[in-house]
Amino acid sequence: MSTPSSNTAENLDSGQIIAESPSYWSSVRSNLRNDPVTVTFALILLMLLLSAIFADFIAPLDPYKTSMIKRLKPVGTEGFLLGTDELGRDMLTRLIYGGRLSLLMGITPVVAALFFGGLLGLTAGFIGGKVNMSIMRVMDVFYAFPSVLLAIAISGALGAGIFNAIISLTIVFIPPIARVTESVTTQIRALDYVEAARASGANSLTIIRVHIISNVAGPVFVYSTSLISVSIILSSGLSFLGLGTEPPQPEWGLMLNTLRQSIYVNPYVAALPGVMIFLTSLSFNMMSDGLRSAMDIKL
Amino acid sequence: MIAYIVRRVLYVIPIALGVSVIIFGLVHIAPGDPLNAVVPPDAPKETVELLIKAYGFDKPLPVQYLIWLGKALEGDFGISYATGRTVSDAIAGGVVNTLILAVGGILIGTIMGCSIGALAGYFQGSWIDKLATGFAIAGVSVPHYWLGLVLVIIFSVELSVLPAMGMGPGGSTSWVWDVEHFKHLILPVITLSVIPIGIITRSVRATIAEILTMEFIQTLEAKGLKKGRVFIHVAMNAAPTVLAVSGLQIGYLLGGSILVETVFSWPGTGFLLNDAIFRRDIPLLQGVILVLAMFFVVLNLLVDIAQSLIDPRMNRS
Repeated sequence: MSTPSSNTAENLDSGQIIAESPSYWSSVRSNLRNDPVTVTFALILLMLLLSAIFADFIAPLDPYKTSMIKRLKPVGTEGFLLGTDELGRDMLTRLIYGGRLSLLMGITPVVAALFFGGLLGLTAGFIGGKVNMSIMRVMDVFYAFPSVLLAIAISGALGAGIFNAIISLTIVFIPPIARVTESVTTQIRALDYVEAARASGANSLTIIRVHIISNVAGPVFVYSTSLISVSIILSSGLSFLGLGTEPPQPEWGLMLNTLRQSIYVNPYVAALPGVMIFLTSLSFNMMSDGLRSAMDIKL
Repeated sequence: MIAYIVRRVLYVIPIALGVSVIIFGLVHIAPGDPLNAVVPPDAPKETVELLIKAYGFDKPLPVQYLIWLGKALEGDFGISYATGRTVSDAIAGGVVNTLILAVGGILIGTIMGCSIGALAGYFQGSWIDKLATGFAIAGVSVPHYWLGLVLVIIFSVELSVLPAMGMGPGGSTSWVWDVEHFKHLILPVITLSVIPIGIITRSVRATIAEILTMEFIQTLEAKGLKKGRVFIHVAMNAAPTVLAVSGLQIGYLLGGSILVETVFSWPGTGFLLNDAIFRRDIPLLQGVILVLAMFFVVLNLLVDIAQSLIDPRMNRS
């Protein structure tokens, strides 16, 4: 470890070089700073996440408290800023609480698929040959299903429930993540510096850990953030069909489903949960696009 | 060229077999006895045993799979548990209705996607480009089942100009070329076209932008070719990409229409699938998924072959 004083000296020294040729990450940071749209959507996502986590403190009322006389109040009713649903529960409260399950069901499958798909893709790409063939051909079979159909088929067979919905979406997202990881790994494995590391005696695990993962992680991560957008729409879609969460739990897709019957009574309240799904999915897509161009990733 | 096509066609066989294994396996990951849907819990033992034999559940799994596959190849998906009708009859009606939606969706999607994408690609960085890109991202981010609901709210509830559900007057389940059926088609088709519009716009924009930087465009312009003629060359070069993207989108629409069909009570495969799931009607579930997945496999094949015919460079990969 260097002492603070020498540290500053070093910084001053290298400062001029950095100014001339900025490192990769500092250029990514400055790209993002010059991209207000991406920053705005990242902030929206942060707000959605925080409001879901701290729902207990933010939400004005109890998300489960029903009221027979206050059913389907319009937006702007006193005490119910965004109106009430078909059982007289406060919409604002339920939309805030709904973020918990919707975000959980949307993000978890992609994270799980990132782990399993990433592992499969790394193995296939790094070992190559027959192993690559067999892993990627199995992935091809899953690719033969349109994603919505596969998700609904697996959830439909497993039955309704949050856990089953997460499992089925994880299976849906493993093949695309494995494919991207495999193609990036194969490209990097062929690069000279990996050959150099091998020649200097590094073993496979070290090469994967030090050289491959650090280069594969960026593109795969950015790709995965765009999948979260799809995952949010699909998981809410499963709940909308009655295959995800079950009543009375607050979840945007399910709320949209139960409020569907009320579109003739109070159409604007009925459409609100969809606005949340749209906003969340749009924010993930915008952030993913912004990161992709800031990190200069081509997939 | 022919070698490529033959190889590509042969590759369908293992994929199709894999797909059939997954679909057959779905029943066996399902909790509970598949017979529960047909047999009341207090049925006498002899009846249950008779049914187990009749449905072939007493044989080992691989044998059950081969029997199921053999029958499926002949177009026999068994008898629906819930209705007692043959599954193939139910699917035949549903597939046509879903195809009507999917083809309508892809037509609008391709026309809109190509026009918006081409404009954005030609005027890169302009406000047209920014608007188009924003529109495309919104298109791929919108939960289409919600969009369907919003369209119903606007055009059926508020303006009452278009019907909110069904395929035609009086719960019609087969297509007729008349004004009433056409009116029922408008909202679901628009809903379904939004995702392809977004995806096609994005890829057409990227493709056109890339083609415009190529040297042959400069050559054509230097030769003094009129702008319109140059555009024809650009369009020809963009065609394989457009074809591939739109072609595959039909497949995604076939699978993705289940949510839209639910919103509009459209009597297609999505509606059947929904029914099959909630009545735990396993033969119907397997049949619908198998038919839709095979459509997708064949579509992939056709797109690849068409692409290799248009653009011989594709054969190398």
